[in-house]
Amino acid sequence: MKVPLSWLREYVDLPPVTAHEIADKLTAAGLKLEAIASHGHDLKNVVVGKVIEIEELTGFKKPIRHCLVEVGEAEPREIVCGATNFGIGAVVPVALPGAVLPGGFEIASRKTYGRLSDGMICSEAELGIAESSPGILLLPDDTPLGADVVELLGLRDDVLELEITPDCGYALSIRGVAREAATAFGVPFRDPAALELPVAEGVTHPAEIGDPTACDRFVLRAVSGFDPSAESPLWMRVRLTRAGMRPVSLAVDVTNYVMLELGQPLHAFDRNTIRGGIVVRRALPGERLETLDHVTRDLAEDDILITDDSGAIGLAGTMGGLSTEISGSTTDIVIEAAHFSATGVARMSRRHNLVSEASKRFERGVDRELPLAASWRAVQLLTELGDGVAEPGVTHAQVDVAPVSITIPSGHPARVAGVPYSRETVVTRLEQVGCRVVDGVVEAAEGGRGVAATGVVTSGDLAAKLAVTGDDPITVYPPSWRPDLTDPNDLAEEVIRLEGYDTLPSVLPGAPAGAGLTETQRLRRRVGRALALSGYVEVLSYPFIGGRDLDNLQLPADDDRRRATRLVNPLSEDEPFMRTTLLPGLLKTLVRNVGRGFADVALFETGLVYRPGADAPETAPILTVERRPTGEELALFAAALPEQPVRVAAVLAGEFERSGWWGQGRAATWADAIEAARAVAREAGVTLDVRADRHEPWHPGRCAALYAGDVLVGHAGELHPRVVEAFGLPKRTAAMELELSRLAAPAPAQTPSISAYPVATQDVALIVPAGTPVSSVEAALRDGAGDLLESVRLFDVYAGAQAGEGNKSLAYTLRFRAPDRTLTADEIAAARDAAVELAAARVGARLRGV
Amino acid sequence: MSDYDPVEVTPLHADELARAEADALAAISSAADLDELKQVRLAHAGDRSPIALANREIGALPPAARAEAGKRIGAARKAVGEALAVRQTELEAERDARVLVEETVDVTLPWDRAPRGARHPLTTLQERIADCFVAMGYEVAEGPELEAEWFNFDALNIAPDHPARSDHDTFFVESVKSGKVLRTQTSPVQIRALLERPLPVYVISPGKVFRTDELDATHTPVFHQVEGLAIDKGLTMAHLKGTLDRFAEVMFGEGISTRFRPNYFPFTEPSAEMDLRCFVCRGASSVPGNPPCRTCKSEGWIEWGGCGMVNPRVLIACGVDPSVYSGFAFGMGIERTLMFRHNAEDMRDMVEGDIRFTLPFGMEV
Repeated sequence: MKVPLSWLREYVDLPPVTAHEIADKLTAAGLKLEAIASHGHDLKNVVVGKVIEIEELTGFKKPIRHCLVEVGEAEPREIVCGATNFGIGAVVPVALPGAVLPGGFEIASRKTYGRLSDGMICSEAELGIAESSPGILLLPDDTPLGADVVELLGLRDDVLELEITPDCGYALSIRGVAREAATAFGVPFRDPAALELPVAEGVTHPAEIGDPTACDRFVLRAVSGFDPSAESPLWMRVRLTRAGMRPVSLAVDVTNYVMLELGQPLHAFDRNTIRGGIVVRRALPGERLETLDHVTRDLAEDDILITDDSGAIGLAGTMGGLSTEISGSTTDIVIEAAHFSATGVARMSRRHNLVSEASKRFERGVDRELPLAASWRAVQLLTELGDGVAEPGVTHAQVDVAPVSITIPSGHPARVAGVPYSRETVVTRLEQVGCRVVDGVVEAAEGGRGVAATGVVTSGDLAAKLAVTGDDPITVYPPSWRPDLTDPNDLAEEVIRLEGYDTLPSVLPGAPAGAGLTETQRLRRRVGRALALSGYVEVLSYPFIGGRDLDNLQLPADDDRRRATRLVNPLSEDEPFMRTTLLPGLLKTLVRNVGRGFADVALFETGLVYRPGADAPETAPILTVERRPTGEELALFAAALPEQPVRVAAVLAGEFERSGWWGQGRAATWADAIEAARAVAREAGVTLDVRADRHEPWHPGRCAALYAGDVLVGHAGELHPRVVEAFGLPKRTAAMELELSRLAAPAPAQTPSISAYPVATQDVALIVPAGTPVSSVEAALRDGAGDLLESVRLFDVYAGAQAGEGNKSLAYTLRFRAPDRTLTADEIAAARDAAVELAAARVGARLRGV
Repeated sequence: MSDYDPVEVTPLHADELARAEADALAAISSAADLDELKQVRLAHAGDRSPIALANREIGALPPAARAEAGKRIGAARKAVGEALAVRQTELEAERDARVLVEETVDVTLPWDRAPRGARHPLTTLQERIADCFVAMGYEVAEGPELEAEWFNFDALNIAPDHPARSDHDTFFVESVKSGKVLRTQTSPVQIRALLERPLPVYVISPGKVFRTDELDATHTPVFHQVEGLAIDKGLTMAHLKGTLDRFAEVMFGEGISTRFRPNYFPFTEPSAEMDLRCFVCRGASSVPGNPPCRTCKSEGWIEWGGCGMVNPRVLIACGVDPSVYSGFAFGMGIERTLMFRHNAEDMRDMVEGDIRFTLPFGMEV
């Protein structure tokens, strides 16, 4: 809402303070300042002049005139001008040399087109009144010559642009802002809607409300004998422009002016185009309407229409129809001022993707008591400025609406704020808002519980749950312009707001002792730290993927990860699904980094994946909000939503240990990926069981399935060369992905017993068939060696000729130690032999060289 | 020399002993390095050195001669021992001066062999914020990102016709009538917390949220919020102010407070917009004549988030009796907080995963 302060000051006696001070007070009251635009402050030395001679200059590409202009000085001034919309005798604004026009444009005496130009004849645009103007601004003939144009036209003004929250429809008007400003400064407010209305004689035009849920008041007034050539006066055009509206024609400008001033949207019809009586009703199947913007719209049955015998002639409170539009020859005008359903207009506006100044106001709530006054104000302006005659009648159709009332204990605002307010303060503040306050409990009238911000009429049950009881009840009747006040807390907010949020004390509540982070939450943090300390950089990629990503991962047609949740309105049709794996986002981020010149990249991400169940219900219920959902209802939600486990994944390419002056680095491999998974599992107190697997998108010979006990928790290894190619990844990119939700938070670690007795070290070299997984050899050694074994470490793998065809040699260091004694040579040998024997039995190992 | 009769040993003579001592001292002082000194030590102070042998013979002397011989030999041994120690120290110092200098390396050589990682500042900032509240007794609550509309909108008193519920703002899942959306705010976690936890409830819930904005310098369709909720008996707006003031102080330093401005949110009533006192200029830049401030754009305050007293309609939808319990809620954007706390100017940097953006943040933010 753009508020010219000159307009505001018409209705409230603001003290002589700056625009910023006014804005600060309004911001504190909830009308937040977005911007201040200052007009005319830099405009000076522009005076009224009269053209007394015109000489047309020839030989130029465009018409150029050399004029003599009387500006109230001894001699007239010579001025060269390119505009042609004035003749001799025209009274015009003249910027004299030394004048500064908007934008710091300085006027000087100069030679142009071979003549002296000693000033400039100005257009509205040049004076900063309009965005563009076709010619020079022509002033009334009786304007005193030499007068200061800025003073004369009131061009000096400040415009506050305020952000109006959706509950404050009343503040989308000078009237509403003036009321807030008056309260904020503690000065009187003059209501521009408090007009003395003439006693009506008869009905303007037959009209009725066909659907009381669509409209509860409908007023028509008429003007006849209107001069269609009459123009809007400059002051009106200036105000409209500064308030952000484009002047169109007098009839339209008047409706807009009244709307801005009072907040009541108005519509003007050309009376002679209306066919028969008007009915406000919902649309019928198949109805269509061509609106003012020349769009023919298919109407929905929920749309609220203004209709006549010919059918729809307007979308109520949203946009008029083309057939009844005011034209350049309209002499008889019907003004409509109505009160339409807020949600009805909101829906219609959204359905037709049509947001107008009118719909914006109706959506937020318009004062139901305004139509009679606002329509009269429009008629007054039309007759004053357009030579018309006000018709004596008025059409006034309406539906009875019960007054809304809310009963609260007078102490309720204080209890919400945590600040003691006197009863007098509470009552005064509510009255400043416009409420009528009476002592005691007054039962709300049937239907008098208001329409909540949700657009839903508050039911008796809900009202009972919302009711606040206590000592010293007061019953509050909100004013007609505040339909947003329906609940006890709405009243509390008004009191606290007007007392000032800045007067709230700062009190720290004593929260009960909490339990800190859960084990799962701590685990997630540790996992992030462990991977970062291992050299991985965390990314947070968008969780959207496309079918192509799944293809690029080489997932088979029946892979579970292809069952993805689809978005109705994705950002990009290429990525309409919610991710079922973290890998596509990570791989694309890796490619981006490589593309930016970072060949050695290791990344990780922790986040949700979305796994819809195969037979999940299609819809989640929309329940009532008047009570807590039942257990069964909550189960319906759980069933309808996809499973959303937390995963962690890492990808890496290039060198994982850098090359440098120390020599060659080490390329990232499948082993690093598996180690990253191990690092994650370690944080959960789990030693991963690594088994060879074939699983897309990994290289079939370099893919590990990772188990925590018997539970598959993820995969790791080198990516399949086709995946590498499809994503444009560096060769041998490796990756791991783990489902963190499957790693239980760890049990507390147990303290080991530390033996001070000496260690005994034994090396064994075992020959095993080449295909034997090392993990099973190690498991056999561990199991065979028994309790004396402290550790096993593989220090060499050899697959050359000496190991024999189809074999490999594995060299291990076994360390033995007892908790309570120094081991004897016999004990050590026995444990070693037992380890080797079990390896022989399980995997066919034999000691090398034996 | 080894088998002559100890009774007749000559070293016991004073001049013999003096000569052995002199020989030893000469050899010690002429030893050129530690290896030579080691040989000298063996020859002149070792078990088979003349003085050691003489010492061994003392026992064979007549008792009357023993004391005197012992005294002389002891003095000689002491002199040789001291000379050895002195020379040892000298030679070690010489060696240190030479050898360790020869071993000098360039300690300014780089050693960036191991890869360096980092956590994303949006993650660590969420953790830091959560920690502030955990310290006040709150617990961290979580909920699904793909959420039922009822939790995301209806239970929060957001009308079926509210503009936020259109596909211009909200990502719908499967169909616009599925009742399922990508949550547009962390507020549905409030509802879940109230349904799942015993009262009183004090929770903080950071998380990912979604709105259908195109990515640009100040918007991203996937972003993060943190939401706080406290429901207890007797909670007031003053408690809300106290909590946020404390939070501001913990995050931005002593003396940094918040300011409330009236606003409208369906799920709170009364509602307020919350501004943070600029922690860089502390408001000074808003006074005409003072230097401008980049962080608050010389307004003295930074818009931080929204807050208010939980609308009793929300409590009713969760089965909480608003005549017994009241409480407050607040929320703010993590990206925005990162922007003004760390001078991050472009949201695209937070999204793209460029390692140059994340690395400087390390493990904590």
